[in-house]
Amino acid sequence: MEIITSITPVIIISTSLVATFLIYFTGEMSKNLREAWTILAAVIKFAFVMSMLPTILEGNVIQYTLVSIAPGLIVQFKVDSLGIFFAILASFLWIITSFYSIGYMRSLNEHAQTRYFCCFAIALSATMGVAMSGNMFTTFLFYEIITLCTYPLVAHKETPEALQGARRYLTYLLGTSVAFQLTAVFLTYSAVGTLEFSDKGLLSDARASGISDTFLIITFVLYMAGITKAAMMPLHSWLPAAMVAPTPVSALLHAVAVVKTGVFVVVKVVLHVFGINLLTELGLGTALAYFASITIIVSSIIALKQDNLKRRLAYSTVSQLSYVILGVALLTPSAIAGSIMHIVLHAFGKITLFFTAGAIYVAHHKTEISQLDGIGKKMPFTMAAFTLGSLSMIGVPPLGGFLSKWYIGIGALEAHQLPIILVLVGSTILNACYFLPIVYGAFFKEPAHDEHHGHHGYNNHSHSKHGLEEAPALMVVPLVLTAIGAVALFFSPSVFLDLARMVVASVIGGN
Amino acid sequence: MKEQAPILIIAIPLIVSFLNIIAGLIRRNFCYPITVLTMLSCVYLSFVILDTVIETGKISYRLGGWEPPWGIEYVVDHLNAYMLVIVSIVSFVVAFYSKRSIEKELHPSKIIYFYTIYLLLATGLLGILVTGDLFNLFVFLEIASLAGYALIAIGEDKAPLATFNYIIMGTIGACFYLLGVGYLYIVTGSLNIADLTRLLPPLYESKVVLVAFAFFVVGVAVKIALFPLHTWLPDAYTLAPSTVSAFVSATMTKVGAYAMIRVMFTVFEPSFSFETFPTMQILGWVASAAMMFGCIMALAQTDLKRMLAYILVAEVGYIVMGVSVGNREGFTGAVLHILNDSFMMVSLFLIAGALMYKEGHRNITKLANINKKMPVTMGCFIIAAISMVGVPPTAGFFSKWYLILGAINAQQWFFVAFLLLSSLMVAVAFFRIVQNIFFKPSESHEGHSSHAHEEPVRDEVPFSMQLPIFVMSMSLLIIGFFSGQIISNVIQYTVPKGF
Amino acid sequence: MDTIDFIIGKYNYWVYIILMMIGFYAMIAKNNFGKKLVGMNIFQTAIILYFISTASKKGGATIPITLSEHMGAGVSTVNAVQYLNPLPHVLMLTAIVVMVSTFGVALAILIMLYKKYKTLEEDEILGIIKAGKES
Repeated sequence: MEIITSITPVIIISTSLVATFLIYFTGEMSKNLREAWTILAAVIKFAFVMSMLPTILEGNVIQYTLVSIAPGLIVQFKVDSLGIFFAILASFLWIITSFYSIGYMRSLNEHAQTRYFCCFAIALSATMGVAMSGNMFTTFLFYEIITLCTYPLVAHKETPEALQGARRYLTYLLGTSVAFQLTAVFLTYSAVGTLEFSDKGLLSDARASGISDTFLIITFVLYMAGITKAAMMPLHSWLPAAMVAPTPVSALLHAVAVVKTGVFVVVKVVLHVFGINLLTELGLGTALAYFASITIIVSSIIALKQDNLKRRLAYSTVSQLSYVILGVALLTPSAIAGSIMHIVLHAFGKITLFFTAGAIYVAHHKTEISQLDGIGKKMPFTMAAFTLGSLSMIGVPPLGGFLSKWYIGIGALEAHQLPIILVLVGSTILNACYFLPIVYGAFFKEPAHDEHHGHHGYNNHSHSKHGLEEAPALMVVPLVLTAIGAVALFFSPSVFLDLARMVVASVIGGN
Repeated sequence: MKEQAPILIIAIPLIVSFLNIIAGLIRRNFCYPITVLTMLSCVYLSFVILDTVIETGKISYRLGGWEPPWGIEYVVDHLNAYMLVIVSIVSFVVAFYSKRSIEKELHPSKIIYFYTIYLLLATGLLGILVTGDLFNLFVFLEIASLAGYALIAIGEDKAPLATFNYIIMGTIGACFYLLGVGYLYIVTGSLNIADLTRLLPPLYESKVVLVAFAFFVVGVAVKIALFPLHTWLPDAYTLAPSTVSAFVSATMTKVGAYAMIRVMFTVFEPSFSFETFPTMQILGWVASAAMMFGCIMALAQTDLKRMLAYILVAEVGYIVMGVSVGNREGFTGAVLHILNDSFMMVSLFLIAGALMYKEGHRNITKLANINKKMPVTMGCFIIAAISMVGVPPTAGFFSKWYLILGAINAQQWFFVAFLLLSSLMVAVAFFRIVQNIFFKPSESHEGHSSHAHEEPVRDEVPFSMQLPIFVMSMSLLIIGFFSGQIISNVIQYTVPKGF
Repeated sequence: MDTIDFIIGKYNYWVYIILMMIGFYAMIAKNNFGKKLVGMNIFQTAIILYFISTASKKGGATIPITLSEHMGAGVSTVNAVQYLNPLPHVLMLTAIVVMVSTFGVALAILIMLYKKYKTLEEDEILGIIKAGKES
């Protein structure tokens, strides 16, 4: 395994920063320019990320130290299999989300679009930064930048509810990251004098050098409490509160940037800061697994009671994120592979679902599930995609979601944690309980009332066939693509699965 | 020229301040360029001094060629040189900014005298930093304080009252300092800092020396507004003219902190304050109280400057806490924080001044849509606010990093908790303002369409005010990245031996 | 005997402490700003007095004016024991200047206050301010 120094990580991050400037300065002049920069930056970024892929697949690592500010405070990038996994996911989905955003914003003629696209671009830069970071300081740095630049996105509508939701969002994320995560970073640094990630675990020698178990346990707890973006209970309420954002933002937040970052950092902390051995010795893996299980079950139950579609999806996300945490907490090869795969599979599935929600809102201005009866007839493509997305969430083959649940299940067996299998089965049933009724209602029930159909002032109906009232193509095409992606990943998870296996090998084999 | 730099850096502003009156009487418009040029030369000289000190170590300059300890000696080591640079840069930047702001806030006939006293204030501050003689420090301290009193008193409505309270408290502080000097003189017969360092250790058990130390600490604590001796600061700094607030907040308190460090660690050895007469533990808790108090009061304010004044009280707490933990990282953090805090305070007060200039008020609840009128200024505000909270990569994060690391190394977990808690409270305080500025719908707003009312026109402050704000805020980002360099080249040599 | 010696032998310290406390009390407790200022003056004067008192020596030292042999030639050697320590006096000259300047600035502010509020009583001024705020 070689370590290759390359400036590509910096280029990747600067791409969207440059785009931000361009959008800021030219945005007011022409919205076409603004959107063009966004798409251009997204494509270029994806291209660069893919360019790093062959090197990583061979087993090498790309590294670059940007600036060393003080001992221990180094902005350093290290792209390994786990990093590039996330980077590919994020950059690919960004392209799709950009198209969708353009469609959404144009249809609703939203205000402050320049600000929106600027913050969008910065958020993706920062997400790339987290994906490619080489030490805990860089991770923390970009993690905070994500929080700060997504705040304007959440508060976009500028209504009192939006402001309140955004305030809660910021309070939870910023407060816990400064109070808990930063403290944990300090403790890590003072324990071992470095913050650099290592395959065996940065802290793995700490016990040998005399650090007490209590210290390590407290540090671990602080990390978990501080990585609130992973929405573990009880620090999850920012996620439903952030649903006041426009749907592309929710899609971005919930599938690509914010929550995936959170869960990614959790995986990194478990695998590369603490290491499998240390956590097994301390018994923290099992504790975290059970904690995650509680979140899975409880949030699914709460999801059952929600009528607002986006809120139900939000609680579903809370639950699905804890799958990832559960998988990695089991600390066995299959479980880890499964949890990493779930990052991708959940992303595709959830983004489809959110896109669908947005399309429904744009086309029919409906937000509550009870209003969605019979909508399948008017929006067949959209609801078909929704069906595929929900089946993926539930974990039914041949949808991708099945793969990750299968692996986590095997992992649970490997770890001799049979109750976890019960958790998996139970939550699958709960998922079905809150997704299938929507699908059933959409296709098989009659619509409740018809008055809202005639008087839209917006001309965003594509009346290609009689009676069809889909959202504009710019929105429908992306969501169909992601739905197909969810299916495709089942049949050929190739790249992602390979990377996941590589991660497992490096973490376990390196001991 | 290089050898004369320590004396020139005070002599130039001093002499020019007198010439300024004459020049101003000839033509009022001369005052501003003269002041700015003088400050620029001070900046240049301070860099020359810093350069010399980095290359050759401590430099000393004897006034009149008299040998110390009979003559007054100016000693510049790494700590002074570093602070000289900070203070001169701040005075230059604020002087540059002052033109429009002062024209708006003061009566035209007073402008000459404003600049004269400004130069005197700069002289006093620089003098405190350069001198190596305790009584000389007292003289410069009083010069600076008096100039400060005068400048603050020409502010708003209730400024004279606030200044009077400041005078009373400030004089008590200075007189305590003088008493400390006197006591030390009685037992050692010397006023020279280097000399005292040599003469004092055998006398550490003497009660006179203990009392002298106590007087020093309390006297300087009044000057730097360390809780609970801070009561003069909120009123004085809020009601002063904006330029003056910016200048004094960034300098007076920091220079006072420098004086405290000098006395505690150079005149008296560190072991004195930690073991013989354990003031450090007490100071640590006092500093924590300052942090908490400052932040809590800041949350309650609606006047922007008053909020900043209370945050200043908290920042002083940070610096003193960093000094009190007694290890390398803590001290580094404190010294780095002096730099960061000066620049942050300057930026924020200058922005408050810009608001005052354009809007005529500083009420943070009435700031809706300012971001459309003054986008650059508000952008700078966000950067400065982020730095205050301590988010990387701005400068504020790095000093807090070292402070917290120092507290952890000293096993002071409460201090760590206080530090983090105060960061969060500062975040809340600034966040309210950011929300009011950027996101609050104005009163006539219904729903989410902003096309209903007319767009506010972009109306920034004049360039001479804009540039300093912009430069200071950008420097917060740049200094953040260079923290490591600053530490390795300058600050690590300032840490007292034995830490 | 020891205590009496303690009190009487160091009478200069006691005088200065009492004066300083009087000044301090006036600064804090008096209502009238002018009286506060006088208190400040007393406070500072006490300190100056203290410094100067430390300059004197036992055995009746005198002021350090040396006699020269004749005009132009050097001075006769100075026998330091005979002379008072001039340094505190010199320092106090500076301190007096500082004191006077502070006094001047404070007086100027007093004049500003008086012009504005027509009174120098602290409680009255605060009352006027409060009434002004409420109106």
